[in-house]
Amino acid sequence: MELRNRQLRDIYVDLLIKYALEYPEIVIVEADLMKALKTTLFQEKFPDRTVNVGVAEANMIGVAAGLANMGKMPFTHTFTPFATRRVFDQVTLSVAYSKLNVKMVGSDPGIMAQLNGGTHMSLEDVGIMRTLPTMTIFEPVDGVQLAAMFPQIIKHVGPVYIRLLRQEFDPIFADDQTFELGKATPIIEGTDISIFATGIMVKEALDAQKILKEQGISASVINIHTVKPIDKEAIIKEAQKTKAVITAENHNIINGLGSAVAEVLSENCPVPMERVGVLDHFGEVGKKDFLMEKFGLKAKHIVAAAHRVLARKCSCCKGE
Amino acid sequence: MDKRTFLEAQAKEIRKLTINCIATLGVGHIGGSLSIADILSVLYFDQMNIDPKQPKMPNRDRFVLSKGHAGPAAYATLALKGYFPLSLLDTLNQPNTDLPSHMDKNKTIGVDMTTGSLGQGFSASVGMAVAAQMDKAPFKVFAIISDGESQEGQIWEAAMFAGNRKLDHLIAFTDYNKMQIDGILGDLNDVKPLDKKWEAFNWYVQVIDGHDVMAIREAILNAKAQKGKPSMIICNTIKGKGADFCEGTPGSHNMNVSKDMAQKAIERLG
Repeated sequence: MELRNRQLRDIYVDLLIKYALEYPEIVIVEADLMKALKTTLFQEKFPDRTVNVGVAEANMIGVAAGLANMGKMPFTHTFTPFATRRVFDQVTLSVAYSKLNVKMVGSDPGIMAQLNGGTHMSLEDVGIMRTLPTMTIFEPVDGVQLAAMFPQIIKHVGPVYIRLLRQEFDPIFADDQTFELGKATPIIEGTDISIFATGIMVKEALDAQKILKEQGISASVINIHTVKPIDKEAIIKEAQKTKAVITAENHNIINGLGSAVAEVLSENCPVPMERVGVLDHFGEVGKKDFLMEKFGLKAKHIVAAAHRVLARKCSCCKGE
Repeated sequence: MDKRTFLEAQAKEIRKLTINCIATLGVGHIGGSLSIADILSVLYFDQMNIDPKQPKMPNRDRFVLSKGHAGPAAYATLALKGYFPLSLLDTLNQPNTDLPSHMDKNKTIGVDMTTGSLGQGFSASVGMAVAAQMDKAPFKVFAIISDGESQEGQIWEAAMFAGNRKLDHLIAFTDYNKMQIDGILGDLNDVKPLDKKWEAFNWYVQVIDGHDVMAIREAILNAKAQKGKPSMIICNTIKGKGADFCEGTPGSHNMNVSKDMAQKAIERLG
């Protein structure tokens, strides 16, 4: 399967089809966005395993819960705001509380709703899902990671929220990179500061790392692809090493990756940290670059945050 | 014993056990529990293919009580049928119980779906029927919703989809007692004409006396014979039916019930 220079939705659908051949219980439940995710290709192969309830997201989750209750493994899909805040009670009770094995895809995470604008720009979806017991939250960085994690998501018994970019994204990982659900993936080893990043912010973190290196600052870059359950061990280990932490997420800085990392640090290893993300405001219409600039999500914003954190390191930690 | 006598006797027993277990706790959703006792009697003692000794039998008929607050009546029915000892009913809503106020499939043997947030169980029952349809399974999914619950949008999302999907694996009941927590449906936000609504959503609709066991039985047999349509059996019922201290009152939705009140009501049931 080609994992480079392709849109993530194409890779997702290829993976669905591939694993549906192996797992007869896989079905899809959609709410009138099949053409947006191209799951129409799945429907062509498996018309009897495709359910489209129309524009009715609450019923989509309810029907998926019912299918899971009968032993199917439904993959639901809609845009992130409708996959989370619109159906929160259904996900809470019919899926999570009922212990049903439903995989839920939310596409166009955060600013990637782009021209659909503020109404479709869910900057709170991770926070919503993170408060639910038993929920696993996965956000792929690129096609290699999505493909490697897909069988793990299938084998994991329990609800999974997949925060899926539809568009093509720059490949970050080598073909042979391995990943484990619930475990952080270190990308670059550094000694002065640790940058934990997820989704589209991984590339920005890597760019920031290069800039910092030129400035004589050695930064680690770690990808937290599974925001829940979060890899506490990896976070603590990094914080103990560098004693300075940055998080970078395409989400409100409240209740997302930044909050999750802050919770781990404050209880285990308090060190100076800064959260790079959307600063508690709503989204708006715009292309990716415009929004990343306006909302402070670029590499330069991570670099600036790094300098603020480094200034807060105590003198002994600065090596003075 | 003829069928009517037998099923009426089971319904009476369900009512007695329901009143008793709510009185043991002292408070509970008695009104909407008692209004469905006759439907439960016909389902569990005549129409559903189930075996309490094999509660997970793959091709059993499924039952979803979407109006999950009527759990006490369902628990009384399951105990009476032999899924668990009658003594367990005394633990209703007590700390660490397996019989919570609202139905929980992970706690109670014989419960097929967790319900309580109105509208959701019905959607899940539609999903279960879709699975049965996909697998060409030989069983039905039965669901009970309430009239107040029919004010939820999710009911109609599920109704539209089930009708269009021609889900003849699904047989649903509306417990139409015309009352809800805040009063009479007609005074709040009426759901009538219910029959025309369900017909418009492409369901096979029957309207019956929900306390006549033979009428319920006949309606289920009619529904089972339908091809290409889900079935809605609208059951005209009386909230609190069978407990003279609360019968026909909206206040019976969730009320205090003393042991004395319960004992007298049970004696009057005979």
